[in-house]
Amino acid sequence: MDQLALDVAHMFAGGLVLVSFMLLYQDRMTGIVNIFALHALVVSLSVAWQAYIQHAPHLYITAAIALVVKAIVIPVALHRIIVRLGIHRTIEPVVGIGLTMLAGIGLVALSIMVMLPITAEAGTLAREDLAFALSVILLGLLMMISRRNAVSQVIGFMSIENGLILAATGAKGMPLVVEISVAFSILIALIVIGIFLFRIRERFDSVDIHLLHEHRGEQP
Amino acid sequence: MAIALDSVVQLVQLLLVLALAPLLTGYVRRVKARLLRRQGPPLIQPYRDLYRLLRKEVVLAHTASWVFRVAPYLIFATTWVAAALVPTFASGLVFSYAADMIVIVALLGSARFMLALAGLDVGTSFGGIGSSREMMIASLAEPAMLMVVFTLSLLAGSTQLSSIAAFMQGPGIGLRVSLALALVGLIMVALAENARIPVDNPATHLELTMVHEAMILEYSGRHLALIEAASYLKLLLYLSVVACVFVPLGIAEAGQGPTAYLAALAVYVAKLAAGGFLLAVFETAIAKMRVFRVSDFLGAALMLGFLATLLLFVSRVA
Amino acid sequence: MALEALLWCVAALLGTSVAAVAAARHRAASAPVYGVALCASSAAMLVAGWSLVTAGPLASALLLPVGLPWLGAHFRLDALAAFFLLVVNLGGATASLYGLGYGRHEEAPARVLPFFPAFLAGMNLVVLADDAFTFLFTWEFMSLSSWALVMAHHRRPGNAAAGYIYLLMASFGTLALLLAFGLLAGPAGGYAFDAIRDSAPSASVSGTVLALALVGAGSKAGLVPLHVWLPLAHPAAPSHVSALMSGVMTKVAVYGFVRVVFDLLGEPSWWWGALVPFLGGVTAVMGVLYALMEHDLKRLLAYHTVENIGIIFIGLGLALAFQANDMQGAAALALTAALFHVFNHSVFKSLLFFGAGAVLVRTGERDMEHLGGLIQRMPYTAFAFLIGSAAISALPPFNGFVSEWLTFQAILLSPALPQWSLKFLVPAIGALLALSAALAAACFVKAFGVTFLGRPRSQVARDATEADAWSLAAMFVLVALCLVAGILPGYFIDALSPVTQALVGAHVPRQEERSWLMIVPIAESRSSYNGLLLFAFIALAALSATYVIHRWASAATRRSPPWDCGFPDASPLTQYTAGSFSQPIRKVFGSVVFRAREEVHIPAPGDAGPRRFHVSLRDVPWDVLYVPTASFVNFTARHLNKVQFLTIRAYLSLVFAALVVLLIVLAIWQ
Repeated sequence: MDQLALDVAHMFAGGLVLVSFMLLYQDRMTGIVNIFALHALVVSLSVAWQAYIQHAPHLYITAAIALVVKAIVIPVALHRIIVRLGIHRTIEPVVGIGLTMLAGIGLVALSIMVMLPITAEAGTLAREDLAFALSVILLGLLMMISRRNAVSQVIGFMSIENGLILAATGAKGMPLVVEISVAFSILIALIVIGIFLFRIRERFDSVDIHLLHEHRGEQP
Repeated sequence: MAIALDSVVQLVQLLLVLALAPLLTGYVRRVKARLLRRQGPPLIQPYRDLYRLLRKEVVLAHTASWVFRVAPYLIFATTWVAAALVPTFASGLVFSYAADMIVIVALLGSARFMLALAGLDVGTSFGGIGSSREMMIASLAEPAMLMVVFTLSLLAGSTQLSSIAAFMQGPGIGLRVSLALALVGLIMVALAENARIPVDNPATHLELTMVHEAMILEYSGRHLALIEAASYLKLLLYLSVVACVFVPLGIAEAGQGPTAYLAALAVYVAKLAAGGFLLAVFETAIAKMRVFRVSDFLGAALMLGFLATLLLFVSRVA
Repeated sequence: MALEALLWCVAALLGTSVAAVAAARHRAASAPVYGVALCASSAAMLVAGWSLVTAGPLASALLLPVGLPWLGAHFRLDALAAFFLLVVNLGGATASLYGLGYGRHEEAPARVLPFFPAFLAGMNLVVLADDAFTFLFTWEFMSLSSWALVMAHHRRPGNAAAGYIYLLMASFGTLALLLAFGLLAGPAGGYAFDAIRDSAPSASVSGTVLALALVGAGSKAGLVPLHVWLPLAHPAAPSHVSALMSGVMTKVAVYGFVRVVFDLLGEPSWWWGALVPFLGGVTAVMGVLYALMEHDLKRLLAYHTVENIGIIFIGLGLALAFQANDMQGAAALALTAALFHVFNHSVFKSLLFFGAGAVLVRTGERDMEHLGGLIQRMPYTAFAFLIGSAAISALPPFNGFVSEWLTFQAILLSPALPQWSLKFLVPAIGALLALSAALAAACFVKAFGVTFLGRPRSQVARDATEADAWSLAAMFVLVALCLVAGILPGYFIDALSPVTQALVGAHVPRQEERSWLMIVPIAESRSSYNGLLLFAFIALAALSATYVIHRWASAATRRSPPWDCGFPDASPLTQYTAGSFSQPIRKVFGSVVFRAREEVHIPAPGDAGPRRFHVSLRDVPWDVLYVPTASFVNFTARHLNKVQFLTIRAYLSLVFAALVVLLIVLAIWQ
């Protein structure tokens, strides 16, 4: 039973890394939002399983928040933003999908190499969850820097937060108040970013970062 | 005496894969047609196709050389031998220790080598298109397959398919992330190697969408029959590999007697039916990618296989 | 006894070379020269093979009173030397056999005939050398005689530059080896290998020696980024010499590395097992990607040599990693895989170069884009080239597959290595090895398909005729070896066990007792391979299918124009070219590795001008490493050149300044 619990938790954590790779692979806007919904779903399932095996009922609430807010509300909102902004384009990566995924593999290797020796005294579950969580965080960051599009940067930012949740639940003990505050801050950040996206779109007719970069700075 | 009996069982497996392969393809085509609300061809249509083609005369181009004429036989022979090496209803058969998974991958590589050469032989542009695209796909699909093989071998401590199947049936597995990643990678490679959607469309002859069909454009008669039979065998091979590694329940051990073999055979046919159904549903549900997106797809499969191997190297200590 | 016999063979080769200087002007000189070379090499090969196979701690040494007066020339025949002598002389014998036919077409025999036996002699002596001076002297002798052969056709465009770069890289390599031996000999100055074996250098000295050996032997073998001379020099030489340089001289370089690192250096550190496989993996993938971009048949084969050297170094590096962690059995497996690949590569690379040479002689063309359809005109050459291509692409049941399979088995043993970086590096190297194997198959489909299959793209291809009997004989000997080594690998693995026993202290389990001639490199429960059964089954399946179909179905055949989807085109220009074949791979891999860019220039409608398609590739090691170094050297030389043109007063001031500086140094040091 214990081995099974470990394996299922392991499976969810690995599944989260896999979904992060799927996020890196996507090149369509709607695809990214849908995969992000899947990302949040996997995180909520993982947290729910942790609640079950750690006998920590407050984590069920964390799981529910993750499910409702991040797997349903935010993707629906983002879909509506996309429709309102009128962008349905493909998202070009900066260096090509193959190289991006190769960099992703390097980051996973790096986080394993860093995490596993450091946490040598902790339990197996915590060690591997931390290694996978760090990978998810790094992959989220990679997604933010390897795309030219503002929406994909938002998604990358939120997937980082999912990685943090995985780390916190894996390490046994994340008080509910921390989770609520973190979730609300993410929501606020999203609202702010959404407003900014509207303004940018109004002003420049595009949310392509490259275009925006040319417009910043001094007026001649 | 035991050797003779084992050889008979091995011979039965050899003939069984050859007999079942066209049926599997017919079944997949029928399910696809039904999902598209068509009647679909009868299940035994591939057998009829093979029979018809075998009796027709071969029309050879003036510029075709002996490579063109010999290639179908070699392609068929290597694919058949590879398919016979995969445990279907029984593992640990006599011949299976002569070759392991790496050899199976390499045998399929030999078949592909001969096919690509045959595509270039007549000296037309279509054959060249098929050969060059096929070699590009293979340059990514074969390493991805080898990484999946590495993952499985590292887990099972052996590269023999029979040993891997026996290990998977045993208690010490649990649910491992590497296995899930290896399964996804294997399925992606299988789609690419069997020229299925989303990589290639097996039902069309348009230049834009052909890879496999372009290489065999000049073939006719019994040569075409052999190449079609080889592609049926390849599909059966990949489904058998997925079944014997990831769903190993019901495989009999060598020497367990004919009743055990028959029960295992029934389980095997059920697994093939389930796999064929899932393949048909998947092919109907998604669209074909353009050619240069295939390299991203297979690159992703290679990354998954590599990641699976990496995780195994690491968590064997942890 | 065996050692004396080998030295007599070498003496015969040197004597022939001297005699050829005088006789080369005669028309009929090439046959006796190649004939003597053939006999001497075959004799040496048989002696070496016999001494390898008869087990026992063979290590006979000899001291000849030539060379430096206080050192003499030490020669030694042990298992490692016997194996490499077998490889060298097999290549030499087949090249001489080939030369009997090919040499008749040589346009400058006086430039080739004296140096060919000298080259063979030099390679043999390098393998037999047992002290640093003899080793370096014979190494340079080998380089210089091959340089002379590269410069044989020096008036052809590009050959002079190729020879110059070859000379530079060879000197650089020898310098590195000189420094390595200097460090090994230590302050005591014991240059004989026996003395070096007894001394135990410290870890930092060992590490430096490894790096120098990698640079020195690796540049001769063709490790990236020291490979740049290989694709220039190997094709410039006559074809049998190209085969020797690619197939055999690179193996002599591998011998140098193995001798220095495994024999003379003692216990390896674990990071050697990280650096060497990494270099090997990068070399393998880069080599085959370069080969895929090439249209010149001989340059393609030369780049492919780079890839196979990478595979060999992967095996050697893994052996070092295992040895550093006291896993002797695994080290023996990795070393066996690497050495078996040494043998296999020399066999099929020579075969491929002989085929390319036959094509070159018959058509005058090396560029694949002007060939095609040669299978109808040169059927035997085409068949031999096909077997060579299948062998090099690691397809069962040929020999290339067996050594790759053994390397994969060694990689699968590596989770037991304790160091973290090795744990991550080895699966990456496995992925690189798999990638290079798949790309090699693509490369040889292109090479064989565009050159031999299809329709002829030029008049010379249409007019080609079959090669002569001697060339074909040499090729078919190697074809037979490819098949035999693939079907009966157990005997070859057993032949290698004395070598690995001497170097790492263990050997792969003896294969001769296995039933059905199967090979089991580690344990039966783990993996096994039976080449003979596989070959028999494939042959049986193919033959039975042929018989059944022809007997009961249909055997009728009819010829017609090609179908081509209903678009018959008489022009052979519409078929796929080498460039178009490699275009998908160039787009996928080359855009990253070579910054490959394609530009298409299409004139406006109505304009009758041609459309242009331009592909640009950047050779990154050349641009990053060699061009800056060359410009730096030129810059320094230009400025130092000013010292040549000073006035007398300036020279006197220089002398005076030097004197004053020395006196100051002396004063401070007191």
